[in-house]
Amino acid sequence: MSVQHDIARRVAGHLRDGEIVNLGIGIPTLVADYLGDGSGVVLQTENGMLGVGPAPAEGAADPALVNAGKLPITALAGASYFSSSASFGLIRGGHVTTSILGALQIDARGRIANWALPGRPILGVGGAMDLLVGARRVIAATTHTTKDGEPKLVDACALPLTAERPADLIVTEAATFAVRDGGLVLVEVAPGFGGEWVAAHTGAPYTEALA
Amino acid sequence: MPRSKLIGLDEAAALVPRGATIMVGGFGLVGKPVALVERLLEHPEATELTVISNNVGEPGKGLGRLLAEGRIAKAIGSYFTSNRDAVVAHAEGRLEVELLPQGTMSEAIRAGGAGIAAFYVPTAAGTLLAEGKETRAFDGVAHLLQHALRADVALLRARRADELGNLVYDKTARNFNPDMATAADLVIAQVDEIVPVGGIDPEAVVTPHLLVDHLVRTP
Repeated sequence: MSVQHDIARRVAGHLRDGEIVNLGIGIPTLVADYLGDGSGVVLQTENGMLGVGPAPAEGAADPALVNAGKLPITALAGASYFSSSASFGLIRGGHVTTSILGALQIDARGRIANWALPGRPILGVGGAMDLLVGARRVIAATTHTTKDGEPKLVDACALPLTAERPADLIVTEAATFAVRDGGLVLVEVAPGFGGEWVAAHTGAPYTEALA
Repeated sequence: MPRSKLIGLDEAAALVPRGATIMVGGFGLVGKPVALVERLLEHPEATELTVISNNVGEPGKGLGRLLAEGRIAKAIGSYFTSNRDAVVAHAEGRLEVELLPQGTMSEAIRAGGAGIAAFYVPTAAGTLLAEGKETRAFDGVAHLLQHALRADVALLRARRADELGNLVYDKTARNFNPDMATAADLVIAQVDEIVPVGGIDPEAVVTPHLLVDHLVRTP
């Protein structure tokens, strides 16, 4: 299993029956693969749909049915479609329970930078800011380090923040952090990793409250 | 039989004057009136355009072709990085860009069509996209003032119309189209089929006909 899938599987374990969940682009999209048939989790996509089903069989894609990453999806029984403004009204209005977002960096207060890439002009933001501001609960799903092995959890983000609002939970392949009282709390170390690995690869201060 | 709103692609394209601000529906190419947009290429007056659309198409497709031919002076949207031509045009100073969070953009269009001049929204407060915008706190939460968006012409994509111009859409191809239908002086919808009046259940109509000026049918 790739690291990305491993993270997605770990995030899925934090979702509960009845939650309305929006999946961001990248690792968050993979979370859908790890929701069992009876999970009771309902997926919303910001381009205007509630009740997103799994990817269609090869050759069965409907060009009018895509998720926010423009990938083909299916509609579950009970699905509905709505306009962009209505969709973001659901998001901004707090009707979407949980937003799962990728991250380029996360700071010591749990704030996410995930929309502007290093060394490139800022020409795309999509729905990331709306989702971060509007969802009742935000889960950041990210690799623990960059491709170069640098920590993604850092004291202060060098990249522009997506919002002042912090994530509530940060899930990597190695660890889970909760954001409490404006700081990071290590609540779980993943099997195969140790506390020392997490300490060596985390650039932000954190406290521990391991179960 | 109502007065027909059906016109040809060329007649529709000729309604976009030089320097016009146009709204174009679609999320990427899904729900984008590609035939209508690409017909603008054959009308030299459709240039120096300001385009309000989530993206500016893809290279060689839809709005991407207008951009490649230098017809677009300014783009207002949320995600231009999916078209590398847009990134290059911006870097070379050929394309002015106004970037908005997708939810703020769709609400600005909705407001423009609903007679609301501006609104306060918490999205983007405290970020780079707040620069130059009025910030005001409500219940201790920072909000940005966002002005409504309107256009001279809206180009839409719908699945089906009746002869009056009532519209229904196709799944997630709906996206920005119903919002844009409300926010332009002239609204042209590209549809797959036109049915007689009464052929669409009133409960199913998404865009009521008073908003639609012209229909273009594409096979």
